[in-house]
Amino acid sequence: MESLLQLQGLEKRFPGTVALDHVDFDLYEGEVHALMGENGAGKSTLIKALTGVHPPDSGTMSLQGKLILPQSPEDAVRHGISTVYQEVNLVPNLTVMENLLLGREPRGPFGIRWKEMRERAESAIARLGLKLDVRAPLSSLSVALQQMVAISRALDVSAKVLILDEPTSSLDSDEVAALFTVIRQLKAQGLGVIFVTHFLDQMYEISDRITVLRNGKKVGTWNATDLPRLELVTQMIGRDASELERSDSVLADAALGSPILETKGLGRRGSVSEVTLSVSPGETVGLAGLLGSGRTETVKLLFGVASPDSGSLKLDGRSLARLKPKSAIRAGIGYCSEDRKREGIFPELTVRENILILAQVKSGWYKPFSLQKQRSMATDLVGRLKVQPADIERPIQTLSGGNQQKALLARWLAVEPRLLLLDEPTRGIDVGAKFEIMALVENLRQAGRSFVFVSSELPEIVRSCTKVLVMRDRKAIKELESGAVSEERIVQEIAGS
Amino acid sequence: MSRASLKEKLPILITASVLVLLTLAAGLRFDNFLSLRVLMNLIADNAFLGVIAVGLTFVILTGGIDLSVGSMMGLGGIVAAELITVSHVHPLIALLVPIAVGGFLGWGQGTLIAKLGLPPFLVTLSGLFLCRGIALAISRESVQIEHPFFRTLTNWSVSLPAKASLSLGSIVFILVVFGGMILARQSRFGRTVYAIGGNANSAELMGLPVRRTLVWTYVLSGMCAGLGGVLFALYTSSGNAISGTGLELDAIATVVIGGTLLSGGYGSVLGTLLGVLTLGVVQTAITFMGTLSSWWTRIVIGTLLLFFMLVQKVIELAARRGQTT
Repeated sequence: MESLLQLQGLEKRFPGTVALDHVDFDLYEGEVHALMGENGAGKSTLIKALTGVHPPDSGTMSLQGKLILPQSPEDAVRHGISTVYQEVNLVPNLTVMENLLLGREPRGPFGIRWKEMRERAESAIARLGLKLDVRAPLSSLSVALQQMVAISRALDVSAKVLILDEPTSSLDSDEVAALFTVIRQLKAQGLGVIFVTHFLDQMYEISDRITVLRNGKKVGTWNATDLPRLELVTQMIGRDASELERSDSVLADAALGSPILETKGLGRRGSVSEVTLSVSPGETVGLAGLLGSGRTETVKLLFGVASPDSGSLKLDGRSLARLKPKSAIRAGIGYCSEDRKREGIFPELTVRENILILAQVKSGWYKPFSLQKQRSMATDLVGRLKVQPADIERPIQTLSGGNQQKALLARWLAVEPRLLLLDEPTRGIDVGAKFEIMALVENLRQAGRSFVFVSSELPEIVRSCTKVLVMRDRKAIKELESGAVSEERIVQEIAGS
Repeated sequence: MSRASLKEKLPILITASVLVLLTLAAGLRFDNFLSLRVLMNLIADNAFLGVIAVGLTFVILTGGIDLSVGSMMGLGGIVAAELITVSHVHPLIALLVPIAVGGFLGWGQGTLIAKLGLPPFLVTLSGLFLCRGIALAISRESVQIEHPFFRTLTNWSVSLPAKASLSLGSIVFILVVFGGMILARQSRFGRTVYAIGGNANSAELMGLPVRRTLVWTYVLSGMCAGLGGVLFALYTSSGNAISGTGLELDAIATVVIGGTLLSGGYGSVLGTLLGVLTLGVVQTAITFMGTLSSWWTRIVIGTLLLFFMLVQKVIELAARRGQTT
């Protein structure tokens, strides 16, 4: 097969991290090449480099033997590189046909030829085997249909390379089948397809080769038939023998007392379903699963950020129709979002203000803490959590990610929650800080606090959780009791084998 | 009609109905109201506002705002007057200069907004102060325009039946409305404007020239403001640095009454025309009453604006409910 696209030594740095570390990648004509990796592995960065959203710092890209360096999505499209994103990137206020043909409308002496446009749009839609009114506004379509329109748009360009960045996460199985039929047609026409997905079944069904990225580095490229599923998941997650051991204390301690939070078949349409778990004092419940498996959605249901529409939820034995963050906090539950920057820190405020804000809100605005008290509380927490630098008057945005995370933990510790929901607390932070946070969680657990712990890194889950809920395809599929928790078991459950 | 297209069409239908109702009510109350002559006067009186509102419509459709149009109109008027009366430039050239100046200033504002990502509100607020200041620096007094050719232009009109006539300013207004409608509906530029208003980030990922288009909307708005200054000079036979004070707010009001959402993406030039006519009918009816003072226009416009905002909110909520169920 002819090589269509070649990337060599691609490197991209963001402040504090190397998002792509000398990654090579090649794509043949008429091939579906899956790009796999966990969150933060560098898939998005690679795609953004290719589509001109974030041009790489160094390295070369060549398309059909010619060097290219797309500077914008517009530029990439001109080179013949089309992309369909996970989120529908179309404009809701215009019609389907305009969304298909914006920027390349058929034109005559009086401007856009609407009739011709409609015909072209209809034939493009028919190619995907869809039936819909191309004159309808995009916003009147379901998300799945919108995604099909986005795919149709990408195909309408004389594309040589089609990038599908998790296009199927909002499609049902029939729609996925329709999409795959089209992809096979395109393959036969010599188009190269880069396919990013977290659905392993779908990936194996359509892909010829698989490239795995981890921590910004390429792990390897395999023929799809040569890489069994278990091996793939292992390559994606990576493992470090020294981190595998499960600490004895986790095994030894059993749950104490009655559960703080209990759910049965909890779910929310279009989000997650069938979440059954209970958290008792002194327990750390891990949520394991690949990205998009519904972990974050589950945590948000538990804290009341989103309200469930099925199942039941009990707080301290009392049934609740729904929980709101405010009442959750009052009941002693805390939540650290995975999106530290947007849903965590107040970037311009100082470390002290960021730590104290919750405690102050909880005690009431009419009882302001004196500056002296604020300083002593903040200094105490900063010392306990080893936040570096230990200067409580610095704006929090000047701290590294790991220290921001510690400060956010400090914010919650200042109100002494009974149960803390931690969504990816160790993502994107350096190894030292990771271990400190893990140790802190374990110490607090031994002191009787509880945690729900989400992490993409299985070793962390295995090390620190008393029991583990495995999630796949937005369902909680298995609860592993303390004795059954091992990395291998979790991987098996995730892979569904 | 699907709910989403309802969201698009309903505001303009409501504006049209309100306009018709107001006109009929005024027609019942005053004998001479429903005549071609009154309509033509109404158009002539609001031509400069209408031209400016058409330009502003494009900016608002992208989700932006242009506060500089009123003072840019004042600047345009005084520049034209100075060039003709003091510098003795031929009116044919002198009347084109304000359009070029408006376009250039619009380009500057648009570049700051699109390329540097500065907020449109603040950039065009500085534009508002700058233009007014420059206009006053040129002349604090009103400047009469005396030129035979200029007089020919101001007196020129197309005679219509029933003692009505269509002035040059009115014709320009009508042409600008048609031009604007075609630009919005038939050109790639126009469709990109709507796309940006719908979701600028998506528009960029779809490979549309978002920044360039944004710059051009401000150029267009500036040129229309300059042209508005020219029409005002023709209308009053003079240039005045303080003309158009607060006019940007009238223009925004007419655009919103015409059904364009301030958040962008929805609206039309035709709607803006209806908005301008609504404002004109209210003004004319209040003039017909004679005893009522001009602040009544403000009270009515304020009420109408509030009404249309509430209507848009209701439509939006209905559309959203339609999507989730």
